[in-house]
Amino acid sequence: MDFNNAKGLLELCDNNNLSISEVMKIREFEEGISSKEEIKNKMKRVLEIMRDSATMPVNTPIKSMGGLIGGEAGKLNKYREKSIGGVLLNKAIMYAMAVLECNASMGLIVAAPTAGSSGVVPGLILAIQDEYSFSDEKVMDALFTAGAIGYLAMRNATVAGAVGGCQAEMGVAASMAAAGAVELMGGSPRQCLDAASTVLMNMLGLVCDPVGGLVEYPCQNRNASGVANALVAAELSLSGIKQLIPFDEMLDTMYKIGKRMPVELRETALGGCAVTPSACDACKKCM
Amino acid sequence: MAFISVFDVLGPNMIGPSSSHTAGACVIAFLARKMLGNSPKKVEFILYGSFANTYKGHGTDRALLGGLMGFGTDDVRIRDSFNIADERGIEYKFTPDSELTDIHPNTVDVCMEDESGNRVVVRGESLGGGKVRIVKIDRVDIDFSGEYSAIILVHRDRPGVIAYITKILSEHNINIAFMKLYRESKGNKAYTIIESDEMITPDIKSGLYKNEHISQVMIVQ
Repeated sequence: MDFNNAKGLLELCDNNNLSISEVMKIREFEEGISSKEEIKNKMKRVLEIMRDSATMPVNTPIKSMGGLIGGEAGKLNKYREKSIGGVLLNKAIMYAMAVLECNASMGLIVAAPTAGSSGVVPGLILAIQDEYSFSDEKVMDALFTAGAIGYLAMRNATVAGAVGGCQAEMGVAASMAAAGAVELMGGSPRQCLDAASTVLMNMLGLVCDPVGGLVEYPCQNRNASGVANALVAAELSLSGIKQLIPFDEMLDTMYKIGKRMPVELRETALGGCAVTPSACDACKKCM
Repeated sequence: MAFISVFDVLGPNMIGPSSSHTAGACVIAFLARKMLGNSPKKVEFILYGSFANTYKGHGTDRALLGGLMGFGTDDVRIRDSFNIADERGIEYKFTPDSELTDIHPNTVDVCMEDESGNRVVVRGESLGGGKVRIVKIDRVDIDFSGEYSAIILVHRDRPGVIAYITKILSEHNINIAFMKLYRESKGNKAYTIIESDEMITPDIKSGLYKNEHISQVMIVQ
């Protein structure tokens, strides 16, 4: 069982009465090299690393290698009671920022789909698990669904900031998170794909402009905003709002924009945030 | 098109911060060590392009040294690799080279020496997402990804050597997926790289060494 685009994925789901995560699991077993047991164990390990990297920096803040970030997750944790966005959003962005804190200080993370965007998927999925007490089994299903979206982006477009800008990294990470969240909350395969499409639409054109060329700033902030975008898209989709533009078309248009982006705005640290006077000053200190 | 697994999307499991500058660097040095064969005593890493400019902030140096000591990309000891290398008595040095620009932006030369003074220089490129390519061993241009089990042979460029190698492989029931030949010049040092789907057992080495023209057999998997 395999699919090359979201249309094909939806057909497989509809014709066989399967969820996206079920299709993705069957695909992995039938087309890949691992046994069912190995697949399950690998996903358990992914979840374990995601959880560790999302929680450890909350109580043990760590300064990043480049010195630009560290301690953000702890601040969000202390502030939660007064949160203007509510507990779910506060926790989701806290976890996302924590993973980037862990990443930037040479901790162990799961690239999802990249290291720079590794906070978005665990951020949203783990916060939903906390709030709604889902089992790890259900959460791993959501990760398979997220994986299906990421696979399509890797196959038919790009997830590299150097190729397609931040819209390709954080945009795809957030569409993965949105689709996973929708399935977790009981949405249909079509609703998952609509949410993924919405995210790409709302993050279209975002540039990749890391200060000092390091995976720290604004990357960490953008992981938080990726989570928020995913949450908004999931909320829209679960309420029954349908999208005009299907995921395949949004992916295609995102990729085209990425290829037309000037090289200065594709991970070279030659444009955007990276060349602001304050960023340049900070880099003299950190490099 | 190669199969994209869900674990290529949710993965690699890696020590941050960057799949190209940290994980990829670790893989290059890991492969380089296998090409040396023995434990390295001394190593110099020459860093080019973006590696030369941002290696400290990306922990590229720690990742390279960790890979050289056999650590995988998800090994938490990478953070501590300077201390571990000191304990193991490995001399190491990082030399950024910003002069050479006509080169892949994430390139490193791993110049290694073992206890008995054998020297091997391996050049690798980090392609993103933890994927790498070894493009040079000593003075010979090669192309090797490390994604398959591989045997790298150093031998003299003589008739019959390749036939001998493939005969031994066939006796060990090893199916050749890819086979590439490189040489320094006609009649001199040559390299054969054989990639296979199967795991390669080390007992194949003794059979290969029986050929007088084969001087070195390295198994990388």
